[in-house]
Amino acid sequence: MLSSVTEGILMNNEEDIITKIVVIGSDSVLPIDAAMKVYESEISITIKETCFGTMVTGPRTVVNKVVDELRAMDKNHIFVKERGFHPGDERRCRSVRGGGPRPGFHYLREEVQMLPIIGKALDAYDKHIPPTEIHRAKKIEVKKLKEIIESNL
Amino acid sequence: MAKVIIYPINSLILSDLVERFGHKPLAMMEKIKEKVNTVGVDSPPLNITAVEPKMGLKYAAVEVPAGVRGRMAIVGPMIDEAEAAIIVNEASMAFGCMGCARTNELTKYLIRQKNIPILEAEYPRSEEEGQEFVYKIAEFLRSLSTEERT
Repeated sequence: MLSSVTEGILMNNEEDIITKIVVIGSDSVLPIDAAMKVYESEISITIKETCFGTMVTGPRTVVNKVVDELRAMDKNHIFVKERGFHPGDERRCRSVRGGGPRPGFHYLREEVQMLPIIGKALDAYDKHIPPTEIHRAKKIEVKKLKEIIESNL
Repeated sequence: MAKVIIYPINSLILSDLVERFGHKPLAMMEKIKEKVNTVGVDSPPLNITAVEPKMGLKYAAVEVPAGVRGRMAIVGPMIDEAEAAIIVNEASMAFGCMGCARTNELTKYLIRQKNIPILEAEYPRSEEEGQEFVYKIAEFLRSLSTEERT
């Protein structure tokens, strides 16, 4: 039912405004470079620089085009996802909520720490380098754990 | 282009990888956007109304907490829509503020019950594991394209 309501709205407005988070995990591209790239393109969209990259808001087709351009700057080290709330939305913006990280920031920060590893892996995949075999430590069985606990008593 | 549901459902890395290899990620963010921007459904701050726990009854029993059913009202339709799935186990950020553990368990259970191609991977913690993680996901997503072409 909800999707039909949304479709109705889209048909009336002919525009689907979306926000995409562009996270930059590159050594050669800075968030300001990404922002400058968008300014240069003279496309009328809203862009917000953040500590991890930029947020781009506008009609879906335009945002996708801009994001593709940004990704092309360093394709394996720039990551993109859609965001539910627009930048500055009072329900998320910390300037209105009295400071502190916005909800969802901790999750993003955790993933941003992983991006150098993922970027390198994408580079390796592009060069057709097969992954090395990994020997993971086996998890201890419950039965064995019980034995250890009881042996200490 | 296949619709691929990702778990954790709001992951940047998974959402990006799915899109990068030419598929449509089914992620929480788009559904939240619908919720917060749809005119006519207005129950600030998140527009989660009393209807959601009722919609969640399709996926969880009535004695299940309303929080789980409310979340399933958003996640459930995504699972119904999915044509493939990527589940990443033991992601540290899937614990805690991403939602309750029971919703996560139910989400994974319902995905596994569906007769769709599923890739299960471990969350990477080192460079070697990262390489294996990306390789598995890339090959899985490419195989989906091949299946579609044939």
